[in-house]
Amino acid sequence: MKTNLTLPEMTVEIDREHGLHLLHQMLRIRRFEEKSAELYTQQKIRGFLHLYIGEEAVAVGVMENLDPDDNVLATYREHGQALARGVSMGAVMAEMYGKQEGCARGRGGSMHLFDKETRFFGGNAIVGGHLPLAVGMALADKMRGDNRVTCIFFGDGAVAEGEFHEALNLSALWDLPVLFVCENNRYGMGTALELSHSVTDLAAKAAAYGMAAASVNGMDVLAMHAAAREAVTAIRHGGSPWFIEARTYRFRAHSMFDAELYREKTEVEEWKGLDPIQSLIRTLKERDLITDDDINQLELMVGIEVDEGVRFAEDGTWEPVEDLERFVYWEEAVA
Amino acid sequence: MITKTKPNNLLVTPGVETYTLTYREAVREAMREAMLRDERVFLMGEDVGNYGGCFAVSMGMLEEFGPMRVRDTPLSESGFTGAGIGAALNGMRPIVEVMTCNFSLLAMDQIVNNAATILHMSGGLFNVPLVIRTATGGGKQLAAQHSHSWEGWYAHVPGLKVIAPATVEDARCMLWTALEDPNPVMIFENSLLYNLKGEIPVDPQPIDIDKARIRRYGDDISIITFGRSLFKVLDAAEILAEEGIECEVIDLRSLRPLDDETYIDSVVKTNRALVVDEGWKSVGISAEISARIMEQAFYDLDMPVERVCGVEVPIPYAKHMEEASLPQVEDIAAAVRRMVDHG
Ligand SMILES: Cc1ncc(C[n+]2csc(CCOP(=O)(O)OP(=O)(O)O)c2C)c(N)n1
Ligand SMILES: [Mg+2]
Repeated sequence: MKTNLTLPEMTVEIDREHGLHLLHQMLRIRRFEEKSAELYTQQKIRGFLHLYIGEEAVAVGVMENLDPDDNVLATYREHGQALARGVSMGAVMAEMYGKQEGCARGRGGSMHLFDKETRFFGGNAIVGGHLPLAVGMALADKMRGDNRVTCIFFGDGAVAEGEFHEALNLSALWDLPVLFVCENNRYGMGTALELSHSVTDLAAKAAAYGMAAASVNGMDVLAMHAAAREAVTAIRHGGSPWFIEARTYRFRAHSMFDAELYREKTEVEEWKGLDPIQSLIRTLKERDLITDDDINQLELMVGIEVDEGVRFAEDGTWEPVEDLERFVYWEEAVA
Repeated sequence: MITKTKPNNLLVTPGVETYTLTYREAVREAMREAMLRDERVFLMGEDVGNYGGCFAVSMGMLEEFGPMRVRDTPLSESGFTGAGIGAALNGMRPIVEVMTCNFSLLAMDQIVNNAATILHMSGGLFNVPLVIRTATGGGKQLAAQHSHSWEGWYAHVPGLKVIAPATVEDARCMLWTALEDPNPVMIFENSLLYNLKGEIPVDPQPIDIDKARIRRYGDDISIITFGRSLFKVLDAAEILAEEGIECEVIDLRSLRPLDDETYIDSVVKTNRALVVDEGWKSVGISAEISARIMEQAFYDLDMPVERVCGVEVPIPYAKHMEEASLPQVEDIAAAVRRMVDHG
């Protein structure tokens, strides 16, 4: 019988190279999204835009542990996951512009990023809707004997949906290699965790289905990385599902428009004090692993990458309207 | 967008003293009135309280009525919609708000297998006086999981009533009638209408929820539509009037039951019928209307019924593609010109 594991407080060993790498990944997401917000106000990006700012440590810490062949699924708040997974900034930005060079041809937009090469099976915008898909993907791998991990990201809000409970039960019942990563940012839109859950310890819910479950400081990329490493290793060897609750916080509005009547400004400020990027910088500096020069260097690289991504999107083209009815059914002849 | 349509008949009783408010305010006023008049009425749904409603419809209601009667629910559409059915069975008059009809699909089992059937299965013993409000429609670049119009699916189901208020007055005045109805009533509010401004009587009265209305009179063609498409049709009618084509515009208001009499009478007069619906054609509302015209007014038609509907594709994100996927004023005008030239 599996138990509710609590991972030890990480006094994580880290070297300069790895530290710089994690910092680089988080900065890429942060600067990309800041740019996206700007472009949204210029109406280059439309529809819904859900920013991940504040939560970068979760995607970065987890993704580092996945193999290129693993499966990834995420929500509508998935720019961070897509970038950390290796989808190019240009492809994501072009998607948000609605250009056909976008990773989903402009059909999906910000909430529906897909990429075959990195096995990124989408941003899903029905809360909880992708959880059963993760179960099925892992089932397929298990049936074929493929040693893949399926990693799925979802929010605290999704934990209240029936599909969460059905998916966790199935994955444990069938012993499937799924890593469930719950991004607990304390709110589902404007509804606080306490108003959504009778038991707010989300890992306890997962443990109740008989899987290994841990709560991790989602503002600490080193802790996230270590927890995910342990989980992914265990899943790859044992084949059973794991659940990680990442305790994190969204610094920005739920989407671009949100009066944020449901939370105190002081609460937001407190959490901003735990900024995962600043925290990592502090740790690395304390350990004399990086200097301000290193940070400037990274910022420069990231700035160039973001600019190039935007240029790629600007230079992109509109899909011809005549193609509107494509991709409703598979187009190639069935052998 | 919804501009210069002048001779339109958007008020039930023209001539009474009116004031202006938005569709959003109209729905809020209607809910407030219902809560004040009947203590069995309560509102529940995702983000209706602390957030103020995802479309700001219920803004301020938590403060006014408290958390007992304005209930924020977790993300659990099936659970809280089913709870609404249970509360209705047990004597309350719940208003369940499902953020958008895309998410209502998670509650569809409760709506279709419980709300719609319990009266019948119980041999008439137990009724479900529940109101479900939900936003519908595309046009905001929200892509294929946030843009569809599912009212046709629910209108398929005996036991449900399905209404689609398009005008501010209907938004204000149909809710009370829906709440008084002993049956489950689903109200589809097109989310692009929330900012619409319109006139309502200073002293609003409950109005029927089962009759269509003629929003503009004309002799050349009957255009049958509902919801936000009404305003696109009225805009097209305005353009066509300048060209000498007079359209009669019928706002269905109720999708189940359908008020056959109003649109059939119109078709008998104009001899031409065009149905406009954002939803897809196949097995949809427009198909049903067309079939009924065929059954009831075939010999009065000068030509086949035509339809301008959403293109049969999940709605794409990119602006130009989304626009191409939805009926636009020019598509409607072009269809009318073709039909009128023809016959
Ligand atoms: C089934 C469903 N219901 C409602 C919504 C509207 N909605 C979108 S995001 C959201 C909050 C989700 O919260 P959470 O799972 O915590 O994720 P977060 O946005 O905090 O990352 C809601 C209510 C939806 N997209 N899908
Ligand atoms: Mg959340």
